[in-house]
Amino acid sequence: MRQSTLPGGGVKIMLSNLRTMWLVFLHLFHKKETIQYPEEKIKLHPRWRGRIVLTKDPDGGERCVGCYLCAVACPVDCIALQATEDENGRRYPEFFRINFSRCIFCGYCEEACPTYAIQLIPDFEMAEYNRQNLVFEKEDLLINSQGKYPGYNFYKVAGMDAGVKEKGEGDNEEPVVDIKSLLP
Amino acid sequence: MPTIYIDNKPYEVKAGKNLLETSLSLGFDLPYFCWHPAMGSVGACRQCAIKIFKDEKDANGKIVMSCMEGVKDGLRMSITDTTARAFREQVIEWLMTNHPHDCPVCDEGGSCHLQDMTVMTGHDYRRFEFKKRTYTNQYLGPLIHHEMNRCIQCYRCVRFYRDYAGGDDLNVFGAHHHVYFGREKDGVLQSPFSGNLAEVCPTGVFTDKTLKKHYTRKWDLTTAPSVCHHCSLGCNIIAGERYGQLRCIVNRYNSDVNGYFLCDKGRYGYEFVNSANRITEPLIRTRPVEAVDETTLMNHLKNLITLHPVIGIGSSRASMESNFALMQLVGKENFYQGISDDTAYLEGRMVELLQQGDVHSVSLKEIEAADAVLVLGEDIWNTAPIMALAVRQSVMKTAANQATQQSSLFAWHDAAIKELVQEEKGFLANITILSSPLDAISAIAVHESPDNMARLGFAVAHLLNAGIPAVSGITEKEMLAAKHIANALQHAQRPVIITGSSCCNEALIKAAFNIVQSLHTPERKAGISFVLPECNSTGLALMKAPSFEGALERVITDDNCTAIVLENDLYRHIPAAEADTFFAQCKNLVVMDSLHNRTTEKAHVLIPAATFAEADGTLVNNEGRAQHFYQVFMPVNTHIKESWRWLGEMKTMQAKAANGLQQHPDEWLAKLEVTLPQFANIAKVMPSHHFRINGQAIPREPHRYSGRTAMQANLAVSEPKPLQDDDSPLTYTMEGYTGIPPSSMIPYFWAPGWNSGQAVNKYQQEMGGALRKEDPGICLFANKKEGASPFFKDSPEAFIPRPGKYLLLPQYQLFGSGELSIHSKAISELVPAATIVLSKKDAADLGAANGTLITIEKNDFQYRLPLIIHDELCNGIVLASAGYQGMPAPPWGSWVKLSV
Repeated sequence: MRQSTLPGGGVKIMLSNLRTMWLVFLHLFHKKETIQYPEEKIKLHPRWRGRIVLTKDPDGGERCVGCYLCAVACPVDCIALQATEDENGRRYPEFFRINFSRCIFCGYCEEACPTYAIQLIPDFEMAEYNRQNLVFEKEDLLINSQGKYPGYNFYKVAGMDAGVKEKGEGDNEEPVVDIKSLLP
Repeated sequence: MPTIYIDNKPYEVKAGKNLLETSLSLGFDLPYFCWHPAMGSVGACRQCAIKIFKDEKDANGKIVMSCMEGVKDGLRMSITDTTARAFREQVIEWLMTNHPHDCPVCDEGGSCHLQDMTVMTGHDYRRFEFKKRTYTNQYLGPLIHHEMNRCIQCYRCVRFYRDYAGGDDLNVFGAHHHVYFGREKDGVLQSPFSGNLAEVCPTGVFTDKTLKKHYTRKWDLTTAPSVCHHCSLGCNIIAGERYGQLRCIVNRYNSDVNGYFLCDKGRYGYEFVNSANRITEPLIRTRPVEAVDETTLMNHLKNLITLHPVIGIGSSRASMESNFALMQLVGKENFYQGISDDTAYLEGRMVELLQQGDVHSVSLKEIEAADAVLVLGEDIWNTAPIMALAVRQSVMKTAANQATQQSSLFAWHDAAIKELVQEEKGFLANITILSSPLDAISAIAVHESPDNMARLGFAVAHLLNAGIPAVSGITEKEMLAAKHIANALQHAQRPVIITGSSCCNEALIKAAFNIVQSLHTPERKAGISFVLPECNSTGLALMKAPSFEGALERVITDDNCTAIVLENDLYRHIPAAEADTFFAQCKNLVVMDSLHNRTTEKAHVLIPAATFAEADGTLVNNEGRAQHFYQVFMPVNTHIKESWRWLGEMKTMQAKAANGLQQHPDEWLAKLEVTLPQFANIAKVMPSHHFRINGQAIPREPHRYSGRTAMQANLAVSEPKPLQDDDSPLTYTMEGYTGIPPSSMIPYFWAPGWNSGQAVNKYQQEMGGALRKEDPGICLFANKKEGASPFFKDSPEAFIPRPGKYLLLPQYQLFGSGELSIHSKAISELVPAATIVLSKKDAADLGAANGTLITIEKNDFQYRLPLIIHDELCNGIVLASAGYQGMPAPPWGSWVKLSV
């Protein structure tokens, strides 16, 4: 067995140990990091990526237009939906299903969403004894709120008439072209 | 071959092409909108800008539109030049100033040429701060949805609709930056090719309205290469499925068959697959509880097919595999075609003529390239619409070729050639019973009775070949027309004669054959094309089985028979009285079909058969081209199986050896070509089911397919094993060979940066040409027997109306006459009312006016339809809407009585 070749090496090791013990001792007087969960709740930031919800626009309509971008962005393919239309031509999902037993909470769906419909919220308490209960349908996902992005209504800026506004009456739209006019 | 320099690298290229198609053929990504390989260049969109240089020393160069510039030897151009790139980016930026912010709700999204081109140019941020232009939309019928805001004014829609397809109800209105593409007022688009607007439009102005009802993005579809089942042409299609439902049909490019376009019946007639009228479980009608499981069914069938003599009725809309499997089960001598004697005779005649003799059966591509066309008796606009489109191209292109011969213009210079050609047309003689939209571009349009049309044909043949006897008693007017036609055909290099079975007249076929045979010389390549009624009529006729009458005799003499009817509603082909007798005489009647109909009602045992989307199979089109269609999806309902699989299982039972007889489609085909030598080579139509490329199968799903772990999670959260396809080299996953497969096995067109259907560019050897690894199907008439067939010398007598009797002939309608397409909701909305048509004089004789209900009577056949009076119809003929749902099969081609 080799001995330390440094002069006074043993003393250095001893001092390091003593310093460690001192630091641990100091922690007795620090503020506690652990909390008494679940009685006490953790405070999470608004942008924390937890449970996924579907939000509503300022007029109370469903924001999701069934564009399938969340589904295609999802790296684990855990979102499935089917788009359909109401009598005004407004698109909404006929069903919208997230398999949370596969979800990795990466937030790509939220990034992909062009209408701010799908959002990840700071809630992680989703544990279930039965895996099947982690399959969420639209009625489980839809909340009556605008979530993190208030004030946005896709159909007001989308150009098309889907019962929200008439053609040419949206934000940033000129009135409808009169095709019979030849005036410049 | 000229050499051009692209970014200082030399390339050997084909002369006579423009720089855009040359660059694309070389594999460069160059954005474009208004150019289309089938329609040429007009230089409207300014998107394909490149720089060309005077010589090596020229550092400045000048920006030109690559689609308007021809290939010249030694030409130097740059695609990557900074100014050219900035120009292209700016053009997109301008287009985007008005393009709406609605991609999430646009059906084109994900397969949008505009999206692809925007990404390609690099434009990503809107600098324009002002408002967007808006338009109101129009109602364009149940097939096409209109969203005019999205328009980028490339003019492709009107160029396709008006110039290419000959429609006149879509146009461009307004002026300057307010141009509007639509109809004069709301209404259904009249052209039977309107569905192509969805593919031609580079963005989402025109989209598929039936897809909108169950919208799925392109990347979410499970797709497979398939073949259209709605007429005898066999256009190639890609069918897409999601959640167990067929969602849409798009065109699958095949340079020899349908090229870039489909007709509306083919594109929208798919919804019968999702119909509520589907047969979903096996039924044994003799039991108190009719629905049975498979074991009970098989035990029951075992008794029926082992204890009784078995006969099989084939079908002209079932695949070769299914028909052959039935023939194998019942034995060759017990197999019958499920069509009437007259039809079987006519179809047999056509097939026979194509099999022997040296007449050439032409493909649609060859019709497009023809320089004189004679349509003899067939209303191809309604019975074979894509052929009508090909005929139109032949007429337009011949005129263009003649014009360009005298000038230095290139063939792709669309607008300039139109100016040069003006109203000139190539030669088309359209000889039909009633007028058709093709008359507008015909040099001669004659409306006659079938016999007189045949006489005209014989007269033409006589003028071309003195060996054929002259037609006696021909009128001067007819002779004049015959001379005109004969003269035009004689001066043509590639004349094509088209006829078909819809006039129920053999003389027409003989006349057409005589003309083609007379025209055929070593320096002239004449061709013939027969139009048949159904998608596999040629295949069934090639089996040379006796017609239904034989089966009827069989069951009358032997009252202990089990009859197996394969995918065939006999009431559509056979007079109701005969069919009733047949059903009454059968001891046991086993019917396999996909939809309930009058025949399935009679079945004692009903077996659910798969539709084209759920089955593998092979069809032989009118040209004799065998093409394979692949299963698009496995039905969730495991009772639904391909007919050949059911029949194979029954064969296994019959053979009493329960193992090792399970057959795959490729094995059925291999057996078919051994058993029936007329099908030689048909097995080459598909590779073995073991076929793999680099050890990999071909995926039906694109790599972006979404929702795998959630689609069925509502049923069970653990994902099931992916479905296994043991019958073909295609697989039900996203994993597999990602390169270009042989052309008959392309499940979808996609290339990096090219998400729209225009990705087909990357699959072609050259733009608008053959696909890479081209496999356009197997032509069964390619190898002919030696020796020319003799001419026919028996021209029919002139048609003379009989007092009090009328010759009953079918009038086919594009929408309405199809057995399956009618189950598509969109198509059923467009079906014209069933009518009968009489000439003015005949109607007056009967004392009937438009709308009067008239009864057609012959023996025990009776049917009442409202009358339409048509001036062009000759006296003594009555036309009745054919193939309508629920209509009994009238005695076509016979003399009937009419009463008010």
